Amino acid sequence: MEEKELVIIGGGPAGLSAAIEARKKGVDVLLLDENLRPGGQLFKQIHRFFGSREHMAGVRGFVIGERLLNEVKELGIDVWLNSVVYGLFKDNVIGVVKENKNIILKAKCIIVATGAIENPLSFHGWTLPGVMGAGACQTMININRVLPGKKVLMIGSGNVGLIVSYQLLQAGADVCGVIEIMPNIGGYLVHAAKIKRFGVPIYLSTTILEAEGKEEVEGAVICPVDNDFKPILRKRKEIDVDLICIAVGLTPLNELLYQAGCLFTYKPYLGGTVALHNADMETSVNGIYIAGDLSGIEEASTAMEEGKLAGLSVAERLNGKSYKGEKIDVLRRLNDFRIGTFGEKRRISKEEIIKEYYERVKD
Amino acid sequence: MKDYRIYQHPILGKIPERKKITIYFNGKKLTAYEGETIASVLYANGIRRLRKTEKFNEPRGIFCAIGRCTDCVMTVDGIPDVRTCITPVRDGMKVEFQKGLGKWKKKNW
Amino acid sequence: MKELKIDASFYLNKSGYPSEGRVKKGPVAVIECIEDIPCNPCEAICPFGAIKVGFPITNLPELDEERCTGCGRCITACPGLAIFVLNYNFSEKEASLSIPYELLPFPEKGDTGICLDRDGKYVCNGKVVRVIPPEKNHMTGVVTFSFPKKYYNIVRSLKIKNGKEKNNM
Repeated sequence: MEEKELVIIGGGPAGLSAAIEARKKGVDVLLLDENLRPGGQLFKQIHRFFGSREHMAGVRGFVIGERLLNEVKELGIDVWLNSVVYGLFKDNVIGVVKENKNIILKAKCIIVATGAIENPLSFHGWTLPGVMGAGACQTMININRVLPGKKVLMIGSGNVGLIVSYQLLQAGADVCGVIEIMPNIGGYLVHAAKIKRFGVPIYLSTTILEAEGKEEVEGAVICPVDNDFKPILRKRKEIDVDLICIAVGLTPLNELLYQAGCLFTYKPYLGGTVALHNADMETSVNGIYIAGDLSGIEEASTAMEEGKLAGLSVAERLNGKSYKGEKIDVLRRLNDFRIGTFGEKRRISKEEIIKEYYERVKD
Repeated sequence: MKDYRIYQHPILGKIPERKKITIYFNGKKLTAYEGETIASVLYANGIRRLRKTEKFNEPRGIFCAIGRCTDCVMTVDGIPDVRTCITPVRDGMKVEFQKGLGKWKKKNW
Repeated sequence: MKELKIDASFYLNKSGYPSEGRVKKGPVAVIECIEDIPCNPCEAICPFGAIKVGFPITNLPELDEERCTGCGRCITACPGLAIFVLNYNFSEKEASLSIPYELLPFPEKGDTGICLDRDGKYVCNGKVVRVIPPEKNHMTGVVTFSFPKKYYNIVRSLKIKNGKEKNNM
């Protein structure tokens, strides 16, 4: 069994930031990622990020991704790609399959940053080829440079739905419409304005009844709903599409944490079931930390800051030093993001998680 | 043959130059480029049906595209249940439909 | 079907919108940003200090119309693509609008097209009078096009009609 100081599971923005921060403090870091290339979902974010200069506002997601990868390389951080962590066992033991070989590791500290998965939405015909997650479509067009369809229906008007609709226009597709079951859009008005300006309609209080097609998507039936969200069937409309994207939220990928016996809570504004963690990002299991979308669905910018926080907390613990000043800076930047109509609810949920941690977790 | 690749992109620019290789889908020759994933090559060629379900023979394609949901699995060079959305192509690779969980066509040891 | 509709009334009396008097004086920025998103690159980029966000950065951007020269640097700085530059006095009969543009084909000077409102509906015809290629500003281009003056609060987009088809494939 190989013994490591810090093992980070997941090389997205949170994992990369945690690795960089911990390495800078002299911690021996091993970063594991199951993909051929780290970066998580960063490389498909071809739009400019919001925020302040410190948050790298105005910079495109993939540019930020490249900067993080360069820093990881310069710091000489040990990275295992093509490595699937299948088990998180007692006493911080990790089971990983690296290129068909089983390896057992033991770590003093572990940061789990496995991100999230898109939520499904079931409707008649949803299993047909041509129905996929909006993030999946984004991966196809921006990473793989392939259009999975030409005429698109987008389900969901949160930021993912609106942004991917715009990116579909950039990729040369025809977005026939965005449908939203609520009476208002879920994402930013500026994202909606960007696509409306080019003729993409956004239908409110509308749902999908069916994806049509024999072997693949050939059309869809959409339908307005009443105040109780019941479809008003006589007003249903058939539309000609070959691609249906589902953008109805993300859920943290908690599997490894379930295995490890972490305690959980439920926070609807953060994506549902999330693990309890304290102000240092440590879960209820000693030595296991979390960061990024796994600890609550937010954004790439918050994922990076949480990664830094976890990395610094682990470094404090392993080095027996205090990095309070830097942690305060990170917390300040995190709070800058959790304000306003969109951010406030997340800030409150995060505070509740920390409070619940201290109530339920005995030292 | 249809080509759904995005050759020019307003942000990403021109599609990168890559070595052209050949893969086989159910025996049919397809053009692929080094570095592409199996599912990308199939979708680029307009092929979106990747497998059939065990009980009702229903077609399935990609759903999450990041290797998490396993809707995209196919039998590759005799090995079933390979996640085609994250597995890169190799020259001469044989990719086939599978029904349900597929069958091992050869040993992998 | 119930649709989201966006029009000038959303923005007209907010702090990022110039007054009618200022619009009629010459080129000026028009900021259509009305939600409290934490964001301030517009404030950071303006060389004349004409855009103020301050702290917290969820504040709506305030346009100082006296300081604003209509230089247009803010157009490509805004991640939301929500800033335009309006030149009411482009010519005797026409106004011009400079918009951020991130699609292919990228328009060229002289291209004609149809001007669309915020809902993507046809308003009038227009002509491209100037472009800044996307490479100059991290792949966000700027397209300036002219159209009849009276539509200055309505027109916000352009669809090129002559020349190239979508050439992504």
